Amino acid sequence: MSFHGKSIEGGFRQPVFDAQATFRAVMEALARPGTIQKSLAAARPPAPLTPEAGAVALTLCDHDTPIWLDPPLQAEEAVRAWLAFHTGAPIVTNPSDAHFAFVSYPATLISLDNFAQGTQDYPDRSATLVLQVETLANGPAIALEGPGIRTTARLAPSPMPRHFAEQWVQNRARFPRGIDLVLVAREGVAALPRTTRITAEE
Amino acid sequence: MSTETIARYNFAYLDEQTKRMIRRAILKGIAIPGYQVPFASREMPMPYGWGTGGVQVTASVIGPGDVLKVIDQGADDTTNAVSIRAFFQKVAEIAVTTHTGEATIIQTRHRIPEKPLQEGQILVYQVPIPEPLRFLEPRETETRKMHALEEYGLMHVKLYEDIAKHGHIATTYAYPVKVEGRYVMDPSPTPKFDNPKMHMSPALQLFGAGREKRIYAIPPYTRVESLDFEDHPFEIQKFDQPCALCGGTDVYLDEVILDDRGGRMFVCSDTDHCEERREAGHTGHMSEEAAQ
Amino acid sequence: MYVAVKGGEAAIRNAHRLLADRRRGDRMVPAISLEQIVGQLALAVDRVMTEGSLYDRELAALAIKQARGDMIEAIFLLRAYRTTLPRFGYSQPINTGGMLVERRVSATYKDLPGGQLLGPTFDYTHRLLDPSLATDDEPEAPESRPQEDETMLRVSEILAHEGLIEGDGAMPEDHEIGDITREPLEFPMERDTRLQALSRGDEGFLLALGYSTQRGYARNHPFAGEIRIGEVEIEIDVPELDFPVSLGRIRVTECQMVNQFKGSAKAPPQFTRGYGLVFGQSERKAMAMALCDRALRARELGEDIIAPAQDEEFVISHSDNVQATGFVEHLKLPHYVDFQAELDLVRRMRREFEKRQTGDDERKEAAE
Repeated sequence: MSFHGKSIEGGFRQPVFDAQATFRAVMEALARPGTIQKSLAAARPPAPLTPEAGAVALTLCDHDTPIWLDPPLQAEEAVRAWLAFHTGAPIVTNPSDAHFAFVSYPATLISLDNFAQGTQDYPDRSATLVLQVETLANGPAIALEGPGIRTTARLAPSPMPRHFAEQWVQNRARFPRGIDLVLVAREGVAALPRTTRITAEE
Repeated sequence: MSTETIARYNFAYLDEQTKRMIRRAILKGIAIPGYQVPFASREMPMPYGWGTGGVQVTASVIGPGDVLKVIDQGADDTTNAVSIRAFFQKVAEIAVTTHTGEATIIQTRHRIPEKPLQEGQILVYQVPIPEPLRFLEPRETETRKMHALEEYGLMHVKLYEDIAKHGHIATTYAYPVKVEGRYVMDPSPTPKFDNPKMHMSPALQLFGAGREKRIYAIPPYTRVESLDFEDHPFEIQKFDQPCALCGGTDVYLDEVILDDRGGRMFVCSDTDHCEERREAGHTGHMSEEAAQ
Repeated sequence: MYVAVKGGEAAIRNAHRLLADRRRGDRMVPAISLEQIVGQLALAVDRVMTEGSLYDRELAALAIKQARGDMIEAIFLLRAYRTTLPRFGYSQPINTGGMLVERRVSATYKDLPGGQLLGPTFDYTHRLLDPSLATDDEPEAPESRPQEDETMLRVSEILAHEGLIEGDGAMPEDHEIGDITREPLEFPMERDTRLQALSRGDEGFLLALGYSTQRGYARNHPFAGEIRIGEVEIEIDVPELDFPVSLGRIRVTECQMVNQFKGSAKAPPQFTRGYGLVFGQSERKAMAMALCDRALRARELGEDIIAPAQDEEFVISHSDNVQATGFVEHLKLPHYVDFQAELDLVRRMRREFEKRQTGDDERKEAAE
């Protein structure tokens, strides 16, 4: 077993409080779709995993949560070693086995229905996808409705997976089954839980 | 035998792995409003049935910047509320308050505060029996199927039998609700008086049932409808007198026995609400000012 | 004028001080030491370790002392501590075949290789109170003989040679052994997690259920094939090493019930097994657990489920005494908000009832 110095560096400075702050940011983001939460703690993972995605991984992943990586992340030995060292999460190649998926290039992501959708009995047995996007506020805008949103909310993430609006309609139709999206960028974290409806696109 | 080697506990009591597991369950709960997420509830240093679910949720959510309020029966000074608040002061050294408006996290047993909650606040409910169908069907394997198939006929039959027998629905607390038109959910044993406060609340509502190992959630601005019938719409309990101390109406009242000759008075169950009103100059017929 | 009751904090503080005083008892009498509890109340320690799911005699003794001898309270204390401990790994299954045996009895054979070994048992003691224990009389030193080298063959293996007993409960190839302290229960359960739940289940509850099977509520024709008590090695795999590392030895009690079985659509006629395993020396618990295990295998063996002891959701959901005691005792907490709502309802229904009664009376009078 060999691990280079890089994989042991770049964790949280204050694991207990950093994880708590990051969790609260992700929780608020899921509870209020369309909002951008800025209080993520800093992690310093190897590229192309971003600091924000790294923080989410450190906060939510461990031995009990198999992780799927998109090809650019999967190709990077340092990323795998970093995740293994800091989270202990097994990395799986079959997307339907993953509890969490980390995606560095959302535009080329395989279709959302490849991931675990949960069952009608246990809809919680579904995947959470963490998408690294370039922006949450300056891409093409989408209007959102659903739980967590008083009337309508607006978000402008980019880049998003191909045919995203159609894929999201299908995801919504599977409710209570379906996947949840966590979007991370320099600006912070936003989320689209499976309950959110996209009502308009720019 | 040395005593130093014996028994030490982590910061905030729960270990980080447990917090992660609970946090993941909370996120699923938010994504599927009203659905009971199974979680590997831990033994807590207080008995099952005394708020272990709520405590685990609070311990997983709380951070150094939070201000915690704990109520039981609406009051901050009931013994179990005092005990849980002291627990968090001891293990997490966080700020506490009795003022609803100042709290970022409110852990509650049996009440929702009278003062409307705000965006950014989190209400954590202690839940004894999370399954609204449990008293109609004791088997988990069966109730899980009923939720999966959205088969809630049994619940409506039960409520309707009440109406047939008593002329109205005879459920006064833990009154079932439907969340966002999908899951029937137990609001925990709050009096049904509080049910309307759950609907489209700006606050995030989290529910923890420790012994039964379930977590569920209602995101802010989510539809929460109490089950009813067109000819028998849901209605809340009305008190025919105001609070004897603050004169408040439209609040939930406790009946206090004054003597053994049937003397009684009604006072706010929400002690903070009552105090704030009195500080603002409101009086009731038995308050200090009225006595003078 | 009415002043709302305050002072919950002071009341709690004072209650705890009083508790500490009562726990200490008469100050003229020396305080009991953990060594004394470990050494002289060993079976209480064993029960607390078993149902607390933590093998640590000192901590169990501390819990018993802190709980003033209340066993369920002690079990609860130990559990609440255990749950905070980090998980370093899972040991290999223990091999009770390699046990350093102190007691071993079989009811199914008169004699067998390794012999019957009574060990430190209450069996055959006459239950007459012994006044000598009220003083500090030293008992005689026990007889001992060197351990024989041969490992003691398990009775189930003797039957297995003849093919008369079912296999040793093999799980499917890809089955990962569950851990009920890390994953929420899910019904129906597999036998691995069910046995875990039974092992930490309340001794009294399982005893009563096991007893009920003997009295005809799901009779399963049990024979105490073997009960053995002794020490076994705990071994753990370390990734860097190609041999398992020993962590030490623990004392356990194992019970293998052998149950007659006429066969069903799913399985041929043969002896079936009920299994019990607990920390320390606790035969009653191990035997009760084995009876319940066998009863709960009804579904697997294609038997009709007709009795409480066979009902998995019923048994497992109610076997945990820490959960049960908490929920029963939570009725002590204030419930006055809900009671107020019920008071209002009963008063209202009462008024309606009386109105109907008077209405009836008036109608009756009018008719007369």
